[in-house]
Amino acid sequence: MRFAAFIRPPYLLRMVTLSAIIFMAFFIFAMNPEPSYASAPSAQDAAMSREAAQAGHELASDKVSSRYAPAPRLHARDYPRINGVNGRVSVWLAAQMHLWFAAFVLSVPIFVLILEGIGMIKRDRRYDKVAYEFIRVSITAYSLTALTGGLLLLSLLVFYPQLLGYLSQIFGPTMLAYAFLFFFESLALYIYYYGWHSMRSGTLKWLHLTTGLLLNASGITLMFIANAWMTFMISPGGVDSAGVFDGNIWHAIHTALWNPLNLHRFISNIAYGGSIVGAYAAYKFLSAAGTEERAYYDWMGYTASIIAVAALLPLPFAGYWLAVEIYAYSQQMGVTLMGGVFGRIFIMQAVVIGSLFLAANYYLWCGMHRSDGAYRYTRYVKYIAFIMFLCFLVWFTPHTLVLKASEELAMGGRYHALVAPLGLMPAKNTAINIMLLCTSLSFLLYRRANRVSVVTWSSYGNAAIIALYVAGTLNIIFLGVYYGYYTDTVYKVISSIPQVSTTITVISAAFIIEYFMLRGAREFAPLRWGRMPRRSQYALVLIAVSLTWLMGLMGYISEAIRQQWHITGIMKDNSPDAYTPALSYAVKTVSIGTIIFLGIILFIFWLGQLKTSEGTSA
Amino acid sequence: MKISPLLQFVLFTIAAFIIVNMPALFGQPLPESLIVLYMFFSIVMILLVITVTDKGAEGLLRPIVSFVNSPEKRRLRRVVFILIPLAFAFLTYRSLHSEVAAPVEHRQVHPAPPDSFRAYGREFVIQSTKNPFRALEKTNPGEFRKAVKQGGEIYFKNCFFCHGALLDGRGHYARAFTPAPLPFKGGNTIAQLQESYLFWRIVTGGPGLPYESAPWSSAMPAWESMLSSTEVWKTILFLYDYTGNRPQELR
Repeated sequence: MRFAAFIRPPYLLRMVTLSAIIFMAFFIFAMNPEPSYASAPSAQDAAMSREAAQAGHELASDKVSSRYAPAPRLHARDYPRINGVNGRVSVWLAAQMHLWFAAFVLSVPIFVLILEGIGMIKRDRRYDKVAYEFIRVSITAYSLTALTGGLLLLSLLVFYPQLLGYLSQIFGPTMLAYAFLFFFESLALYIYYYGWHSMRSGTLKWLHLTTGLLLNASGITLMFIANAWMTFMISPGGVDSAGVFDGNIWHAIHTALWNPLNLHRFISNIAYGGSIVGAYAAYKFLSAAGTEERAYYDWMGYTASIIAVAALLPLPFAGYWLAVEIYAYSQQMGVTLMGGVFGRIFIMQAVVIGSLFLAANYYLWCGMHRSDGAYRYTRYVKYIAFIMFLCFLVWFTPHTLVLKASEELAMGGRYHALVAPLGLMPAKNTAINIMLLCTSLSFLLYRRANRVSVVTWSSYGNAAIIALYVAGTLNIIFLGVYYGYYTDTVYKVISSIPQVSTTITVISAAFIIEYFMLRGAREFAPLRWGRMPRRSQYALVLIAVSLTWLMGLMGYISEAIRQQWHITGIMKDNSPDAYTPALSYAVKTVSIGTIIFLGIILFIFWLGQLKTSEGTSA
Repeated sequence: MKISPLLQFVLFTIAAFIIVNMPALFGQPLPESLIVLYMFFSIVMILLVITVTDKGAEGLLRPIVSFVNSPEKRRLRRVVFILIPLAFAFLTYRSLHSEVAAPVEHRQVHPAPPDSFRAYGREFVIQSTKNPFRALEKTNPGEFRKAVKQGGEIYFKNCFFCHGALLDGRGHYARAFTPAPLPFKGGNTIAQLQESYLFWRIVTGGPGLPYESAPWSSAMPAWESMLSSTEVWKTILFLYDYTGNRPQELR
């Protein structure tokens, strides 16, 4: 590929321009050694000292005179206002939009790299082709990630300059590193994408794979850095009660929630990226003109959905760890999060997650019929569906019910004797673990639809798999019921770990047995890619839409648990918007954001199609 | 006899409706908010299972398509097409029609503590306030035991009437209250909390509960006017000691 072609606009030119703007903005705020509030009047220091002392803290005089300024105490006049523009909503939507795009473009290179590696090992060009198509889909989104990042930064500069200034004082070095890494990631991405075909064999292929690895390493590091800024705002570290930085950047980065959030976002981004690519494949499948094209996009949709579901499996546990750490950091946040004002959104979260699992299973059940051999297993679907349905009901049943006065009277209180216990965590943990087992079982049946095991011990293998699932389910129920309701809370919380271990053990063991059972298996009936009902594709679309909305809702909660604080406990939000909006308002805002984002994604899909058509006609 | 997928759908939906509206099955009637959710997902699930196969999907849709297109069914179609909007109109009327009744309660059972609160003439920050007697556990176990004992005496003079002699929330007056007094025994309550949370709840009682999700129904008095802060801290020591729980550590 010629270099002139490599640097052609719009992508690179746009990226460089935007990156330069971002870099300059960071530079101005990060490198300013003495922000304006550093020389705040002594009355302010005295007031802060008084407040800190009242709060039971000694504000050391050496810290007041530290080279780092305390967190500024803001007033309504410190928040610039623009008529007709709500600052909070602007920042909210810009941040959320940036996160959606960033989640997508960070995750796609991860599984593109994996697929490319598999393709190299298996020497199967299909993997290489689909990996290239994945990265092609994400490349436009990459520009939009930069654009929305710039939008977020500018929104913060305009509406919350003091907050950004204070954060830059602490995180200045990481902001610079972020800017440099961004350049590096862009470089790696463009070499990786544009060099795909010219680096397709021999040593160059390995070099290409290494570039992909560097691309992922820089992308993940970028995410970790941005996570540090966010978690600092929720659970600040490395500062005293007045917000005076102790000078050790690691203390500010490595706060109580940093690692749980890193893990949670890493996994959820993969699930999200898989779901968006799955939706793309569904879109292409539904608009495919020929059988071959339909078959290809069917396979692509299947691969993407498997990636999404595989990442969804451990996600509840990563989320659980994050919630536990939030609770441990601040009981106020913990209670507000799941038992207090945001409890209702968690019910919505449960409904959406349950729907995701149903959609994923439905796609697998429909997928079995790619082969005529599926009839052997179709009859089991209704049983799996029934168990999943029961678990789903438990999963979203709230502990505190929405009741009319007459219903409360009829129930004799606020809690339903049978249903209320289902609203507690042991019941939820039990339900989600069994749903995971069911999903894995659906996948096992799917894998068998077109094959017959030829090993002599297949009946024993089947018996072992059945025994594993039955024993695993019983163990999960026992752990949930006994330790959840008949012993102390200490065990209730801890019992979730053996429940997860049981699930992982059963799934792993069953898949290992299955793998050996199906080695050299005879084909019962061929698997015909493209032979999928159109309705199954809407399940893929549903997964992408649900995940987008879910990320928006959870994103709102993770910011809103700070409530009246910009930075918990040290920098108060005194803007006119310093109140927790009503849930309906928040949900509507997130929903509008979701519609805008999905509209842009559709536009990207359409653009991709234009490019393909042009390429085809050429 | 082979039942058509459409009939299966209708029968299973009716069965689901009967089940969720059967108080005998659940012991108590389910609230409407939950019935709506359960029914919605029951219908979704039934549709999913039926449409897994092409045969099922076609069997479900064919009678509907035939009903809509067939010239012979014109009269019946007109009736149905009038009835459907009427049914939705009735449902809309029912959902919008206001009844003379107390509004729906959205009360959350778990009160989130404030960042700080005022009591005994000073400000307490929940996140950083410590039990002043907790350190004695290591530095002076004798004094610690003494403080625990004093806390127990305070408890039995003031708290046990509602919270019970066994700290299980089953005191003499417990049955008169909704919600019932909190049990401390077991790990369901105080084991998950920091001592500052207990201090806040005891000192400010029901009146100190947050505005969110008000009105609260708590009968807990504000003990600030009846106990000194030292007495409250000692009582907290006793609650943890007696129940064998450990308070959550401050971070």
